[in-house]
Amino acid sequence: MRRQGLWRRLDAAARYAVPFGTLVAGLVVLGLNFGLPGQAQLRPVYALACVFFWSLYRPSALPAPAVMAGGVLLDLLGFSPVGLWAVLLLLLHGLVLALRRRLVQRGFLFTWPVFSGLAAGAFVLAWGAQSLLGQGMLPLRPVLTQTGFSVLLYPALAALFIRVHRGPAAAELA
Amino acid sequence: MIRLSVPFRQAVSRLTFPVMLMLSFGIVLIGRADQGMSGALRTGLDDVLAPVYGVFAGPIEAAESGTGAIGHLFSLSAENAQLRAENAKLLQWQAVAMALEAQNNALKATLNYTPPAAPAFSTGDVVADLGGVYDRSVLVVLPPGGSSVPLMGAVAMDGRGVAGRVVEAGSRSARVLLITDINSRIPVALGASGAPALMAGTNGPTPALLYWAPGQPPAEGAMVLTSAVGGAFPPGLPVGVVHYDAQNQPVVLPLADLDSLRLLRLFSYPDNLPVLTPIPHTKAKPAAIVHHRKK
Repeated sequence: MRRQGLWRRLDAAARYAVPFGTLVAGLVVLGLNFGLPGQAQLRPVYALACVFFWSLYRPSALPAPAVMAGGVLLDLLGFSPVGLWAVLLLLLHGLVLALRRRLVQRGFLFTWPVFSGLAAGAFVLAWGAQSLLGQGMLPLRPVLTQTGFSVLLYPALAALFIRVHRGPAAAELA
Repeated sequence: MIRLSVPFRQAVSRLTFPVMLMLSFGIVLIGRADQGMSGALRTGLDDVLAPVYGVFAGPIEAAESGTGAIGHLFSLSAENAQLRAENAKLLQWQAVAMALEAQNNALKATLNYTPPAAPAFSTGDVVADLGGVYDRSVLVVLPPGGSSVPLMGAVAMDGRGVAGRVVEAGSRSARVLLITDINSRIPVALGASGAPALMAGTNGPTPALLYWAPGQPPAEGAMVLTSAVGGAFPPGLPVGVVHYDAQNQPVVLPLADLDSLRLLRLFSYPDNLPVLTPIPHTKAKPAAIVHHRKK
């Protein structure tokens, strides 16, 4: 410990902060007014992919408090009941950690459908919770479109995250 | 660094997850019990993020509208021809409008009509699209001076028509709930007769029309204006045009360009502030009443 210089420790800390940083930065950037159709629906998709990937491959850098903070941020940026996405993201985080041993050895073609299934479950839960929490019976269509987005966008997001995982987030390189 | 014993650290790491989960459930419950808390948190976050979004909004807008970009040069001549044709048509309409205005003034003069006071408004850049899955809202950055009138419940309009209402206002930013949001219910008047109806957002691009009089179905192409019923809106602001969708249900095609809002004007109508509005006006109301009494 003593022999590590200040810069090296700073480097390690920065690498440790990358996963949470990608989560927060992505959520904020997706709020920018690009005028893309269905842009607001992408934010939960991104948060789910982020939490899934980092919980799977770098769980130490995305601890439960960070997941919760990301969820609360997602709720505050949108108009969902505060804490709802914190609960959902934490459930995903916990599930991935429980399944981690089986998932981490398998390839992308295995984790992709697993993520799609978990994302679909999260959207159904979000729909049910928001319907229950007083917005009335909400339309089911966004659940389908968001699941579609999740299935289609996960490969691209995973490709991006894998690069970050091997480069800036690689704590073992510090 | 604090050195902790290994079993203690293991216990802490095992406990974090359930503790965080319970905390999150707690936040949901607190948010349910105290609606004001989430509103205050959201406004605070918006005020912090508004300058950040403001920095990025400029370049995006520039890239999109073609200032400095060469994208628009190619369509220039075609656009010119189209604009010329449109201009000719508009000049005809201008003549009609001036004639009607003169007639209107004459009629108002015979009626001793007193025009309503012009509402105070502030103009703001739309910097972020902060909706959720079930919500349509945008974030507007307010001009640095701030407005003298409370913005809560102000009517947001773009160049063409009503875009929404302010539901949360901080010192630097305001959130506008768009008319397409599923929580939006706006009393409207249809066509020349001003038949009453309710425009309800569906989260889709076209809000639905509800509760029109059974004998008078809304006519295709009829103008949809706001109605003063319930007191939430001033009467006569343009909202959209009636259209029948594929299911033969009447919907409203909004005039405002809701997919690419860039600038919004927020009109505060202090004297019209409602009694029956769903949006709380707790801060605005006493001020409005005092103001009224002074006169």
